[in-house]
Amino acid sequence: MTNLASPTALDTAADEPAPSGRPARAGWRSLLPTMTPWLAIGLVLIGGITLFAVIAPYFVGDPREIRDMGLTGPSAEFPLGTTQTGQDVLAQLAFATRGSLQIGIIVGLLATALSALFGIYGAYKGKVLDEAFSLLTNVFLVIPGLPLVIVISGFVPRESRGLWTIAVVLAVTSWAGAARVLRAQTLSVRSRDYVAASQVSGEKSWRVIVVEILPNLLPVIASQFVFAVIAAILGEAGLSYIGLGASNSATLGTMLFYAQNGFALSLGAWWWFVPPGLMIALFGMGLSLVNFSIDELINPKLKNLRLHRKRARRAARLERELARDTTAKEAVR
Amino acid sequence: MTSVRVTDLVKDYSIRTGLKRTRLRAVDHVSLELTPGRTVALVGESGSGKSTIAKILTRMETPSSGTVDVRLDDGTAVARSRYRREVQMVFQDPFASLNPFHSIEHHIARPLRIHKRTTTAEETRERVLEMLERVNLTPAANIAPRRPHELSGGQRQRVAIARALAPGAQVLIADEPVSMLDVSIRLGVLNLLGRLQREDALAVLYITHDLATARHFSDEIVVLYRGRVVERGPSDAVILDPHHEYTKLLALAAPDPERPGRVTSSDPVDRETIDNSTCYDHFTGSWQEAGVPAAARAAAP
Repeated sequence: MTNLASPTALDTAADEPAPSGRPARAGWRSLLPTMTPWLAIGLVLIGGITLFAVIAPYFVGDPREIRDMGLTGPSAEFPLGTTQTGQDVLAQLAFATRGSLQIGIIVGLLATALSALFGIYGAYKGKVLDEAFSLLTNVFLVIPGLPLVIVISGFVPRESRGLWTIAVVLAVTSWAGAARVLRAQTLSVRSRDYVAASQVSGEKSWRVIVVEILPNLLPVIASQFVFAVIAAILGEAGLSYIGLGASNSATLGTMLFYAQNGFALSLGAWWWFVPPGLMIALFGMGLSLVNFSIDELINPKLKNLRLHRKRARRAARLERELARDTTAKEAVR
Repeated sequence: MTSVRVTDLVKDYSIRTGLKRTRLRAVDHVSLELTPGRTVALVGESGSGKSTIAKILTRMETPSSGTVDVRLDDGTAVARSRYRREVQMVFQDPFASLNPFHSIEHHIARPLRIHKRTTTAEETRERVLEMLERVNLTPAANIAPRRPHELSGGQRQRVAIARALAPGAQVLIADEPVSMLDVSIRLGVLNLLGRLQREDALAVLYITHDLATARHFSDEIVVLYRGRVVERGPSDAVILDPHHEYTKLLALAAPDPERPGRVTSSDPVDRETIDNSTCYDHFTGSWQEAGVPAAARAAAP
């Protein structure tokens, strides 16, 4: 097996161009989206809000401290004013953002794990398991999410309704859509020759799934994760807003709930409800912008579209400059 | 050295159309023998069962009945756990058979590690480079870290061949290994396969629909039509002196330098009427019944 035969003349007949000396790119590099202004804005938004959520709680005061200066507008002491009971809105916002992000990440991870289990594993194994998982996915898909969440949250007694309960409830109701997408994608990847080839090589099932199939699904999974985080933050905000959120934690939803209860809107106390609302909107926007860039990885056509537009713009600019130059020359003449 | 004896292989697929279930017999009592250093070509059109036989031989499908008996030189049967080490496959499409995510090195290193041909990372790396050089991919150190999309079709197929040989396989199933390649590259890849076969005394099953390369590359040709063997014999005999109607049709379809101009058959054979119930065996020089067990065939007059 190991002897190196001298290549025969016919074998070496140069049938391919000589390999260039360019160093090879790592597989992981291809998974990173191209940097675009939109992606940069998204990353800055996400990074800024996350930083705020992590650091700000250490610098602001106690968000629950009550003062006798209800509903004062923004001032030097309280940059975002106070609530009806004189609580610092900025302090509340810091802790609420942290709570919302926690929920978002926990639910994102749980939902992605569930969808990967039911979507990828079922599709890879095929036959009965696939049918069973597929049926389960479809059942969860047709269950209306928010009403079920309301029912479950309402059913769990308030004292035991913690952060994790809400997270699990949200994850259980939101994994199905992603699982279907992953199943379809896995069915397509599974039938490719390289999967069969690795099976023929003797790879074990789990290795085929994790090493051969999963990397090709990563952009889809990343996109689903980002989407799950957005959905979870919005879902939690919705739940808290109607008073069914986690009892022991502060989130942007609970902030809006108290603002609504304190008639912030009718009293014109915009500093109470605009910051949490804006925070949700900006974070959702940041995640969506990142998601668009991930979409380009999944569907390269989108990338080509962007490149074409860019080229067209550059061509138009060049043309304009050229026209300007010629008119300037003529004027000189 | 390893030989494979396939006896009375049958594969049925059940097809569900609405509530009705019908059975499709993809492979009907096919018997083959692969011996070290020899190439058997399996020739037939799409849907004739060629790839099903390849899948059964590589254990991607289980046969409905019949046996695949793989034996080492000393006559011991190959155990299930060792099967994949002995029998390997080269896939048809080099653009699909390599994972776009992984480097070339990964593709060859994995079989080496799975079958414990190497123990340390350095040894694996050395062996990978050695394998790449064996299939004329040089400079190997330059090729190894690349990813499949950076190689041409011919180069990829060489990687696929190296991967198949990496576990130390003695039996190679080549499922139309050159049909996706440029015509100019085909001969190079086939000659490479031929050289590797000579060096390692590989038993090769060459699956193709191209009679010309089958004759060039193989010692024996088995013609498959609708799941049954309709003609078998030494390659020259089958191609120069076809007996079965379907083989004649195949031979006519192949371009022949002796016959200039387009071949226009004045009376095109209605393919539906070609019958696959008989098989001409060039080794015995007689017609036999096809689609029956080998034992029954031998007993027939």
